[in-house]
Amino acid sequence: MLAIGDDSDSNTSRSETMHIVALAMSVLTFIISIALYKWFDNTTATMQFVERVAWIPALDVYYYLGVDGISAPLILLTTFITPLVVLAGWDTIKVRPAQYFAAFLILEGLMIGVFCALDGLLFYVFWEAMLVPMFLIIGVWGGERRVYATLKFFLYTFLGSVLMLVAFIYLYGQTGSFDLFGFMNVPLTMTTQKLIFIAFLLAFAVKVPMWPVHTWLPDAHVEAPTGGSVVLAAIMLKMGGYGFVRLSLPIVPDGSAYFSGLIIALSLIAVVYIGFVALMQTDMKKLIAYSSIAHMGFVTLGFFLLWSVGSGTGAGLGISGGMVQMVSHGLISGALFLCVGVLYDRVHSRQIADYGGVANTMPKFAVFMVLFSMANAGLPGTSGFVGEFMVIIASFKANFWFAFLAATTLVLGAAYTLWMVKRVLYGEVANDNVAALEDLNQREFIVLAVLAVAVLLLGLWPAPLVDMMNTTIEQLIQQVGQSKL
Amino acid sequence: MNLTDYISAAPEMTLLGLICVVLIADLFVDDEHRVMTFWMSIAALAITAWTLIATAPTGRVVVFDGSYVSDSLSQVLKIGAVGFVAVAFLYARDYLRANDLHKGEYYILGLFGLLGMMIMISANSLLTMYLGLETLALSLYALVAFDRNNATCAEAAMKYFVLGAIASGALLYGISWIYGVTGTLKFDEIAMAISADPGLNSLPLWFGLAFLIVGISFKFGAVPFHMWLPDVYQGARTPVTLYLASAPKLAALAFTLRILVDGLGGLHDVWSDMVMVVAVLSLLAGNIIAIAQTNIKRMLGYSTIAHVGFILLAIFCGTEKGYAAALFYTLTYVVAAAGAFGIVILLSRRGFDAENISDFKGLNARSPWFALMMMFIMLSLAGVPPFIGFFGKLNVIDAALSSGYTGLAVLMVLASVVGAFYYLRVIWYMYFEQGEEQAALQASTDTRLVLSLNGVAVLALGIAPGWLWALCSQIALSMR
Repeated sequence: MLAIGDDSDSNTSRSETMHIVALAMSVLTFIISIALYKWFDNTTATMQFVERVAWIPALDVYYYLGVDGISAPLILLTTFITPLVVLAGWDTIKVRPAQYFAAFLILEGLMIGVFCALDGLLFYVFWEAMLVPMFLIIGVWGGERRVYATLKFFLYTFLGSVLMLVAFIYLYGQTGSFDLFGFMNVPLTMTTQKLIFIAFLLAFAVKVPMWPVHTWLPDAHVEAPTGGSVVLAAIMLKMGGYGFVRLSLPIVPDGSAYFSGLIIALSLIAVVYIGFVALMQTDMKKLIAYSSIAHMGFVTLGFFLLWSVGSGTGAGLGISGGMVQMVSHGLISGALFLCVGVLYDRVHSRQIADYGGVANTMPKFAVFMVLFSMANAGLPGTSGFVGEFMVIIASFKANFWFAFLAATTLVLGAAYTLWMVKRVLYGEVANDNVAALEDLNQREFIVLAVLAVAVLLLGLWPAPLVDMMNTTIEQLIQQVGQSKL
Repeated sequence: MNLTDYISAAPEMTLLGLICVVLIADLFVDDEHRVMTFWMSIAALAITAWTLIATAPTGRVVVFDGSYVSDSLSQVLKIGAVGFVAVAFLYARDYLRANDLHKGEYYILGLFGLLGMMIMISANSLLTMYLGLETLALSLYALVAFDRNNATCAEAAMKYFVLGAIASGALLYGISWIYGVTGTLKFDEIAMAISADPGLNSLPLWFGLAFLIVGISFKFGAVPFHMWLPDVYQGARTPVTLYLASAPKLAALAFTLRILVDGLGGLHDVWSDMVMVVAVLSLLAGNIIAIAQTNIKRMLGYSTIAHVGFILLAIFCGTEKGYAAALFYTLTYVVAAAGAFGIVILLSRRGFDAENISDFKGLNARSPWFALMMMFIMLSLAGVPPFIGFFGKLNVIDAALSSGYTGLAVLMVLASVVGAFYYLRVIWYMYFEQGEEQAALQASTDTRLVLSLNGVAVLALGIAPGWLWALCSQIALSMR
């Protein structure tokens, strides 16, 4: 049922056909994933669409895939973003387009694999293999300092995740298989739980990225081609959050409880401090990258409020808020990177100072950019609002000061995004480059319009998304509540 | 001695006979038709492989008065060795021809080296082991000096020879101590003597053991006995380096397993500490020094040292899982190493040796397929899933963790992150940089095919590693 994981074709032929093949593949995957949505059963927390085949019998490793309320929205996000990325690279990628698209399709397959994998080793294989296409995407099609950025990206994330492998193998030694459910059920002592939590934390915190291990992200984002930035922001960062809910919380609940204060503190630092950092950026991509870090702080905050809130609705609210925030941030940050990409294709600069008065020459573009910026700032009615609001309410139940600090993002977020919008879009036409700008072509228009619809839809009517994951999250909270000592 | 003895040793004897045939036939082949020698050598290898399969032992057969053993370990390693020698010959052929080095000696020395390896793999006594080792070593010394007008080759060969002779001396010295204490040279009798009389497990035996470990470390190129390895890898002509880097590693593994496990398994507590020190040093030094290299052969040399660290750490665990992991790691490492040197050979042309990592610049633009293969191989060596190298590392880490060495497991994964950097650099040059050369790589169809198979194998084995691991575990279980 979920053989989508294998839609990789390393076709190296040139010409237009390659574009069409890539687009067709990614759209096809999206259609399959809609079927997934249609037949997804909201009322059960068990894994659905399960596929389980022996992979390495000697090690008791299975090719074990399945979907539940936590992974399904993220899979949909992945399959939704990829065709848009392919479209966005349609004629901006001049060098070896075939390899570019092949890398994206392989990447998509691997990312879906991460979200579906229910076997620890399989998860790890997808998790690491994903780095390779991204390494190439940044390195081959990136900007000037691409080699530095891509090496930093690879080594940073590789270093983060190898300890997760050690943790997996340790758990394998305890349970005799790599089955994630086995991992969840095995009793562990507090010391072990703490160590495993730290190993997981390194892997996921780098990916999210949490302060202070976020420094790879601005570099990677700035140097990546537009499509790479979009996938990085929209999907790859979500892997970290997904890892927390899929692995850290259920496998080491007591360890998570022990460290929850630390995570909350780090998240709040990310929200506030990185918000200020974003304010100071002069490079649009960097600004959005820092804003991503701040927004992802909300996600981790929401996930780890569980213990400060106590039982009741607050806990569920925090986690679903974090999940909604992940999906919505995926759409918004992706859209913002696409907007920057549109400008970059025309002027070849990402500096805010090189623009001004773009709204005069590109009115259609300005509408979209303003919309996405508003969403990024958390304007009610857009998807950005829903997740942040849920997390803030949950943190209010936990502690007034958590909520206070978290809420500063509404001010900061508005400040840095809208200030950027003001400087880029409004005012007098700044220079000849801006005067010569042409408005969106049809392809760009479609990409941005689709995203705009999604952002608004999710903002006005988030119920389908929340319903999808409710049952699973309730079960997760129950599971986390039981001590494994 | 009876017929069974000869049947069990039939592959070696067949090979020896065929080498003599090739040697004589080569006299009547002129340089124009030297490719005849190549095909004869390949035929000799094919016949040897066939003999190996046809005389496959059921269970463990010890012949020639207990000095020669044929079991599943020897079977797998020998088939591997024959295969990798054939691959090395194939990759070498066009290079040698293009550089006016196409002499019969490369193949004949290579075949003699293989004979030595096979004897080592099947040795059941220290003396047989030593004979095999010297047969291999002498062929290798000569192979390194093969391009006799080249000063670098001569220097490398000299260095290799002198250091190798010292190591052999140390080994012999150690053997004599073991013999003096236990009164026998045969591995199973040594093991029995030790278990029968625990009093033997004392300083004199340990003294001999230390010298054996020196010999092992030298053969494997483990720190601090690694000095020869980077110089020889760099100094030798690339086809020779390829030969050196592939099949002899299998023999070195057999050498280690037979001595340390079959013979001195009872002394695990004693040798494990020594092996661990050597292994950890190799792991760190190999990975860290490799970063500073600009010469690809030298870099791969240091990378070999790092991989040897992994293999020795697996053996250090002293469990069946560890031995299986060592076997798995060695087999899969050799697949990747052969492919890597194969591509280095392919990059070379007449009068130009691709020596520097920067020669890989822009390979993706020139030959995307070979760049992809090289990327697979580099990622496998770096231990990135789903390539086979990852599973090698996985098994070693698993063995270490299940023996309770958490610290070592963490060290191993951290070392592999350090290692990832220099493998990535090759990918970076191939994909991110523009090269001066634009022409696509030239290769004959068979080289192209085998190289592609080699690269794809690195991925395919990684996607389906189950059978190989099952095989290795089974062999480890059958070891005593």
